[in-house]
Amino acid sequence: MAEKIVIDARGTFCPGPLMELIANMKLINVGDELEVLSTDKGSMGDIPEWVNKVGHEMVSNSEQDGVWHIIVRKAK
Amino acid sequence: MKILIIGGGMGGTILANNLARRLKSELKSGKASITMLSASDKHMYQPGLLYVALGRMTPDELYRDQASLLEPGIEFMVDPVTEFNLGANQVKTKGGKTHAYDYVVIATGSRPVAEDIPGLAENSINVYTEQAALTFFKTISEFQGGRVVVAVGVPHKCPMIPPEITFCLYDYFKDRGILDKVSFHYTYPIGRLHSLEPVSNWMQGEFSSRGITTETLFNIKEVDGDNKTVYSEEGSKAEFDLLVAVPAHKGMAVIEQNDLGKGGWIPVDRNRLSIDGYTNAYALGDTTNIPISKAGSTAHFEAEALAENLASIIKIGAPVRDYDGKVFCFIEAGKDRATYAMFNYNNPPDPKPPTKSIHWFKMAYNQLYWSSARGLL
Repeated sequence: MAEKIVIDARGTFCPGPLMELIANMKLINVGDELEVLSTDKGSMGDIPEWVNKVGHEMVSNSEQDGVWHIIVRKAK
Repeated sequence: MKILIIGGGMGGTILANNLARRLKSELKSGKASITMLSASDKHMYQPGLLYVALGRMTPDELYRDQASLLEPGIEFMVDPVTEFNLGANQVKTKGGKTHAYDYVVIATGSRPVAEDIPGLAENSINVYTEQAALTFFKTISEFQGGRVVVAVGVPHKCPMIPPEITFCLYDYFKDRGILDKVSFHYTYPIGRLHSLEPVSNWMQGEFSSRGITTETLFNIKEVDGDNKTVYSEEGSKAEFDLLVAVPAHKGMAVIEQNDLGKGGWIPVDRNRLSIDGYTNAYALGDTTNIPISKAGSTAHFEAEALAENLASIIKIGAPVRDYDGKVFCFIEAGKDRATYAMFNYNNPPDPKPPTKSIHWFKMAYNQLYWSSARGLL
């Protein structure tokens, strides 16, 4: 059964949401999902770009009360 | 109250010493005890590895006897843990001993795993171990020119190493008089030059003025040593004559072997540092899963907060403060200039232009570190 792991990167600046996503991508299986929570607007533009470039799946991308929620599924 | 500290690096040592001072009377009366278990009798000053790699420090300067750094009253054993049984409040060691505890703190650090990327370990140099740093210096001192590529794995400790090693190598080759024969190409895993946006913005100008080319969104996939090419997960490649790697890291193998955290990263509360699901087990430093810099200063500030809390739990039954996410990192910008980045969970970094005085402060800190380790600074 596919797992979903939440990375709470709110209020963190280094290494930042995308780097945390990349690090955690190595620890999950194909089909599993990562949800990144972040308050860093600047970093959040990178995640969809990287996900599409590498070939994983963007599941959803939304903002709620100043917190960005991005869900990515490992595709390979 | 038996407090067990696993790991004799920066975090574990500062924690032990800070606790020993706060619990001086409890240690004396026997109401509390502090035991440290470590894999080594030596304490290494890891930031010194950069200077060994550049020929500016020798390996012997990196080490002190661990026992010499510890406050009286701390029981220290060189006997690494092999089994954790947090549910039963005990650990087993390589030497066959079982240690029961009332509180345990895991501070086992992290390690580079260049070998996890095909071709990387044998075709690159890095600064993350004593042997690697010595090989690094030998290689750069014999390098006669060509294309230097910097490639960065995720996660890694000491997030300032990628820019630092680039700037320092630039100055090193300049001083050797071969800069006109060397080109630099810096790659980085995310969409800018560094995880900290202000640092990335500063690096843009500094790289531009030095003619250093860059490629972002570059995560190392494999290295072809025969063709001297590093390939990225993103589908690009970079040819090199010298590949400088910042390898990806993992927590210590014993952490994963004991199912304490995938990749060796232990899930903890980001403020209290308690291990998820436990009220008497904590972790600090590189081995936590907190999305924060894996850096000595992180371990230092976490240790100070946790020491205060453990002491207050023992004295008054409750913790008194949160770790606020504080990190402080020097950034060497060449052979004689440096700046720093300081931030926490609520305040972003705002690094200033590099100066000689901050570089010399870092040089002084290379010696003052030993006072930090003893919990004095």
